[in-house]
Amino acid sequence: MLGNVRTLILTFLHAFQSRVTVQYPEERPYLPPRYRGRIILSRDPDGEERCVACNLCAVACPVDCISLQKTEEQGRWYPEYFRINFSRCIFCGFCEEACPTYAIQLTPDFEMSEYNRQNLVYEKEDLLISGTGKYPDYSFYHVAGVGIPGKERGTSEHERPPVDLHTLLP
Amino acid sequence: MTLLALVGIVITPLVILGLATLLTWVERRLLGVWQNRCGPNRVGPGGVLQAAADGIKILFKEDWTPPFADKGVFVLAPAIGMMTVLLSFAVIPLTFSSSIAAGLNVGLLFVLAMMGLGVYAVVLAGWASNSKFALLGGMRAAAQMISYEVFMGLALMGVVMMTGSFSLRDIVMAQSGLWFVLPQCVGFVVFLLAGIAETHRLPFDLPEGENELGAGFHTEYSGMKFGMFFIAEYAGIVLVSALITTLYLGGWQGPILPAPIWFTLKTTVLIGFFILLRAALPRPRYDQLMALGWKILLPLSLLNIVVTGAVLLLHTAG
Ligand code: SF4
Ligand code: SF4
Repeated sequence: MLGNVRTLILTFLHAFQSRVTVQYPEERPYLPPRYRGRIILSRDPDGEERCVACNLCAVACPVDCISLQKTEEQGRWYPEYFRINFSRCIFCGFCEEACPTYAIQLTPDFEMSEYNRQNLVYEKEDLLISGTGKYPDYSFYHVAGVGIPGKERGTSEHERPPVDLHTLLP
Repeated sequence: MTLLALVGIVITPLVILGLATLLTWVERRLLGVWQNRCGPNRVGPGGVLQAAADGIKILFKEDWTPPFADKGVFVLAPAIGMMTVLLSFAVIPLTFSSSIAAGLNVGLLFVLAMMGLGVYAVVLAGWASNSKFALLGGMRAAAQMISYEVFMGLALMGVVMMTGSFSLRDIVMAQSGLWFVLPQCVGFVVFLLAGIAETHRLPFDLPEGENELGAGFHTEYSGMKFGMFFIAEYAGIVLVSALITTLYLGGWQGPILPAPIWFTLKTTVLIGFFILLRAALPRPRYDQLMALGWKILLPLSLLNIVVTGAVLLLHTAG
């Protein structure tokens, strides 16, 4: 009985404590840089698309909401289209972890409400940003051993020139 | 019947319904305050229009009667709940002269009778719904309300003995010197607990018991029929608070401020206390509820009657 009275008093005293509610639209909560929100596709430091259409993100995605098609241009791979259906995305971040090129990244932004569900399907134009996102220096083609226009094979960082097979002949 | 009484008859239910609707918002705000939240504060200034928004919403909801329900009784039950609560307000004296029938010489009995009839609302609702949870809720409600009505009546006897009248106006007049809450403190506590059980409010909301019975007796109700139960519950809080004010806290009496303000003030504080109870206390087990009633409150209220009677006898003898 006395315990109940004590509970009543303590609960009443809560009226004089500060509120924990963040009055959202006027007052915004702090979102840490690694918050998993709206997904973007980043570019490398040269301003080229990072995504090499390897499909690893689509495979990793537990809800299968990424769809893309590979195309090729002078040895460089691009996604012809790249589509994320945000009405299904659960913002797990697996795509970001799977991506070998840091192309796909999650950002601290969650304000993407739409009245029409169809509008939640983002195309490549909607996803692609002009910057490098969280990894400013990384450029896949500068470390990968594939040749592209302006970079012969064997000239990547930390890469030795290719072995001439003919020298191995007896 | 005077014109004034007729106006009262029209106005009282409207005011009570408005108050009960407003109370849904007040409760949510206060619960927020006591849980370090804000509560609904968006619709209108401070969120007051939330109640109106909810009312409009529930009016537009489909009012569905389950095919397996007993239609007539199913429709009747919420109406009974609403009606009995509203009728009880007829005898509550807001001030000496402003009330519909405060002078009724069996006023207190009338209130008790209406509360007794109020049990039918929940029992019939549970029965007519023809589903397990609703029936269990209805049975619990019947047991809880009938047993608590016993102590409620007995607790009130102390007040009646001290006043020598069942009329609520006389009861308030008798408190001009000393509020009954002091000499009748035991009766006050018993009546308060019984009042909570009677309105089946938390912590004694076992007939509803969301986590074990779905929603108890109104599981099958939707739309405005559910709304009526809801509003009747809130009107019940107002009623019990007004009753406690009248019976134990001196009704409209108080220094300086005018009578209606005193009455409103006391009632508001009590309503706030009811909501605080909801914010603070967990629901007891069903057998604990019954044990509290029959093993503690019943002997206490009987003792209260005996002591009050003895003291009164000594006074008149001496
Ligand atoms: S965050 Fe998860 S669910 Fe969303 S696209 Fe990436 S892998 Fe799929
Ligand atoms: S975003 Fe990354 S993982 Fe997905 S296809 Fe492009 S490069 Fe591969």
